Amino acid sequence: MSAPDWTRRTAADLAGALAAGEVTSVELTQAHLDRIGAVDGAVHAFLHVDPEGALAQADDADEYRRAGTPRSALDGVPIAVKDVLATRGLPTTCGSKILEGWVPPYDATVVARLRAAGLPILGKTNMDEFAMGSSTEHSAYGPTHNPWDLTRIPGGSGGGSAAAVAAFEAPLAIGTDTGGSIRQPAAVTGTIGVKPTYGGVSRYGLVALASSLDQAGPVTRTVLDAALLHEVIGGHDPLDSTSVDQPLPGLAEAARLGATGDLSGVTIGVVTELGGDGPQDGGWQAGVLARFQESVELMVAAGAEVVEVSCPHFVHALAAYYLILPAEASSNLAKFDAMRYGLRVLPPGVESPSAEEVMRATRDAGFGDEVKRRIILGTYALSSGYYDAYYGQAQKVRTLITRDFEAAFTKADVLVSPTAPTTAFKLGEKLDDPLAMYLNDLATIPANLAGVPGISVPSGLAVEDGLPTGVQILAPALADDRVYRVGAALEALLANKWGGALIAQAPELDGAPA
Amino acid sequence: MPEITRDEVAHLADLARIDLSDAELDHLAPQLNVILESVASISRVAGDDVPPTSHAIPLTNVFRDDVVVPGLTAEQALSGAPAHEQQRFAVPRILGDEQ
Amino acid sequence: MTELLSLEEALEKFDPALGLEVHVELNTASKMFCGCRTEFGAEPNTQVCPTCLGLPGAMPVVNRVAVESAMRIGLALNCEIAEWCRFARKNYFYPDMPKNFQTSQYDEPIAFEGYLDVMVENGDGEPEVFRVEIERAHMEEDTGKSLHVQRSGRSGRIQGADYSLVDYNRAGIPLIEIVTKPIRGARERAPEIAKAYVSQLREMIVALAVSDARMDQGSIRADVNLSLSPAGDGALGTRTETKNVNSLRSVERAVVYEMRRHAAILDGGGSILQETRHWHEDTGVTTSGREKSDAEDYRYFPEPDLVPVAPSRAWVEELRATLPEPPRVRRSRLQADWGFSDLEMRDTVGAGAVGLVEETVAAGASAQAARKWWLSDLARRANDAGVEITALGVTPAQVAQVQRLVDDGSLNDKLARQVFDGVLAGEGSPAEVVAARNLAIVSDDGALGAAVDNAIAANPDVADKIRDGKLAAAGALIGAVMKEMRGQADAGRVRELILEKLG
Repeated sequence: MSAPDWTRRTAADLAGALAAGEVTSVELTQAHLDRIGAVDGAVHAFLHVDPEGALAQADDADEYRRAGTPRSALDGVPIAVKDVLATRGLPTTCGSKILEGWVPPYDATVVARLRAAGLPILGKTNMDEFAMGSSTEHSAYGPTHNPWDLTRIPGGSGGGSAAAVAAFEAPLAIGTDTGGSIRQPAAVTGTIGVKPTYGGVSRYGLVALASSLDQAGPVTRTVLDAALLHEVIGGHDPLDSTSVDQPLPGLAEAARLGATGDLSGVTIGVVTELGGDGPQDGGWQAGVLARFQESVELMVAAGAEVVEVSCPHFVHALAAYYLILPAEASSNLAKFDAMRYGLRVLPPGVESPSAEEVMRATRDAGFGDEVKRRIILGTYALSSGYYDAYYGQAQKVRTLITRDFEAAFTKADVLVSPTAPTTAFKLGEKLDDPLAMYLNDLATIPANLAGVPGISVPSGLAVEDGLPTGVQILAPALADDRVYRVGAALEALLANKWGGALIAQAPELDGAPA
Repeated sequence: MPEITRDEVAHLADLARIDLSDAELDHLAPQLNVILESVASISRVAGDDVPPTSHAIPLTNVFRDDVVVPGLTAEQALSGAPAHEQQRFAVPRILGDEQ
Repeated sequence: MTELLSLEEALEKFDPALGLEVHVELNTASKMFCGCRTEFGAEPNTQVCPTCLGLPGAMPVVNRVAVESAMRIGLALNCEIAEWCRFARKNYFYPDMPKNFQTSQYDEPIAFEGYLDVMVENGDGEPEVFRVEIERAHMEEDTGKSLHVQRSGRSGRIQGADYSLVDYNRAGIPLIEIVTKPIRGARERAPEIAKAYVSQLREMIVALAVSDARMDQGSIRADVNLSLSPAGDGALGTRTETKNVNSLRSVERAVVYEMRRHAAILDGGGSILQETRHWHEDTGVTTSGREKSDAEDYRYFPEPDLVPVAPSRAWVEELRATLPEPPRVRRSRLQADWGFSDLEMRDTVGAGAVGLVEETVAAGASAQAARKWWLSDLARRANDAGVEITALGVTPAQVAQVQRLVDDGSLNDKLARQVFDGVLAGEGSPAEVVAARNLAIVSDDGALGAAVDNAIAANPDVADKIRDGKLAAAGALIGAVMKEMRGQADAGRVRELILEKLG
């Protein structure tokens, strides 16, 4: 046995080791930087790695630890941050050419909180351009590969964060979830992903895709780690007007309670419309549904009561989402115009081009196809004559979906479904079929429309392809503690069944072909 | 739902300030129609009695006090600018009017 | 240049409908949606932050005082205050607008359905109240400022510029846009009503202390909408929107110009193009700007980064209690205090000098003296200089000082005007100008006596007439003495001395 491999440990373990003086943050951080150096050529989870910055922050963390004044439970535990969050002094591209080379002069609140809590930032993770996509193939800087099978997608848009955590390049990562971009990558990479209640984590500095849907959250390998990270980044922020001004419920406490594996007194609602009534429309992969059923049975065995709930308007969620998101995105992305920052492209063959012409040329050259598609769609949905039929109607459907949730939560404490309808598909498989790509978010979107919190917990490997599947647990708004309690219980029940965490079964990457 | 024509896509691209090529226009119009067809059901779902939801978590009256807080220096503000001059953002000549 | 119809002919054939959109820049310490300073004239791009620069990820938070100012303006305009309203994004691309959308309000303004009673003259020259209906007052943010540069080194106009330089200090400063309903039935008084409305709205804004209210610095900006319809026809014609109308005089002139221009086009069988036009203060004409077409589609939608504003009725009443005296009430009170006739008061209001007179009286002058200076000599100077009387550069305190010198016999009116020359030339306070220019009236009887003796000696015929009792002839001698004294004598005292010596 050589020295302990710190990269295989959970964040909670690492924090314990730091507190006990068994390791320094510099050592931990270096171990993860080494791991990134070894495997990221194959995985491509990172767009930018910051060894100097991370080690300097690690050094600071060690000082605080030595002085006996750690700044948080996770002081010194390194983290990766999705490239959609502004990081002062560190490039932030959102996976887009249009922001190539942009170095923000300010920190997102989430990033500022990570720094204040002492988590060294290893680097920025890959993503679909401006978080538009479910596979990370829409990154302008090349796709991320799923550590379970490098020929497959890691989910999206936050495939980089999920892959970094799954490949042991980082114990923790920050993702953002607009329609499933934290939870779906977690499901297909065998990791944990949490979308907090809308307003529970500040959006200040999160480059907006759809402002009314976006939410940053933790990406980790255990439910407890997610809770610990959520407690660092969550809570009211006066810089975000939509931030909820209430203290967070005890999340780590809920995770620890759940880890006992006891679910007596908890009612679990299986949503008919989210795979609850079997593979009716053919969109649900049998192996995914089988693992989901198994998880439900385990929870029942652990004392939970199961009820079937119907949320009839969920079938319209995808349509509402694909109107609201492009509409808001078309406006949010207008600021990328070559005037103040980022790319400036001069139209070829035009002498002394006007600002207008430069804007057009830059936006054509700087945005990828999916981004342009959604901007045009959103421009259409907001244009006069169509607003009521599209955006206005989608907002009404949002009301109906929220009511469905409210009704369901009178019958159940949490709702459960498979997180994604399929396991990870092959890179390139759905790239030219936007609709097929959009269907990946079928089960995750309703939570964004209603603002409720959700977690994806690994539920095993699908028999057909041996790839990870996930279970999604949803709770009422502001009851984020419930997703941690039930998520941790399911995690414990499954670990007990498997004899360890699912992620331990991931194939060894060292020496894997790039 | 009406079909969205190639000309309409060109008009939308104009509104969105994207210089789409002919090939992109050819490609995009049918794609948008497929997407619009798939979301068409939305118009029949909710009646007039259903209020729209613009925010998932309803909050009102979130204000800040009228207090000056330090912002960026001019140097920071201009740090990402493609071009600057006289402590201002240098932009190509502006054609149209202000609104 | 466009051929214009005379105003008389225009009115014979057409009825004007006016609409005024006034933007008031609030004087809050910080911007509408961020904590940046709002000082006028700061070094470029030194009052900016991620939010007002539109940096990716930054978010807005509403300034409470800006909302209160909007509500106070609304209440002072007799508006209803919305129980619930939202901000909306107005989407259009322009380099001086950092996000390429303006955070504004669309179909849910904070204040709506009000009126402002303005004082104007009726057909017989009598003062009369004209009610201007207010459609809405809403909150929004200002844009940055562009400097248009030619490679040759000249800067100024947008046309022919090679590139532009943008300063975002102004971006995000709170604006309240106040929109009238179409003002109809004004007929020949349309230009006067437009001016009176803006003037009295400005007066109200000053009283509310919510803005610097400096038209010359752009803290109040007026857009003038005008359309004509055939006389007696009820329908509204096609309108033009004239921008950059940044003085009270220009409001009046721009209305006249557009009425004459529209009339000429319509009379010639043409039709009006719905467009934005620019007012040129120097040449007194408007020129075509941007065509308002269907292509202009702002794609408004509720701003998802902000939450609704829902003022409680208690809050509204609290603000109502802070309102200053309404301008009409204030005008009646001041008129009574000052003992002005209706005509005098109307002229004072018309000159935009109510506040100036009030301050001058507060500084010690009589109301009549204050009115006399502001409405005659000083008004003429402002007119000649093409500036608002408030921007002339003479303060009410200085006017009161000058009047004090007149009252104590140190100055006469002619000398007082020379003192104002000096004040305006930057020579200092009235006392300093008097000293530097040696303008005080000579009350030394020795010097005066000598001048009188000289005058008598030089005009023996006149002196004889006076000795014969023809006292009216004294005027000629007084003139001669005043000439010798270069005006620095009290004419009454000169007369006394002449009569003494020849009596």
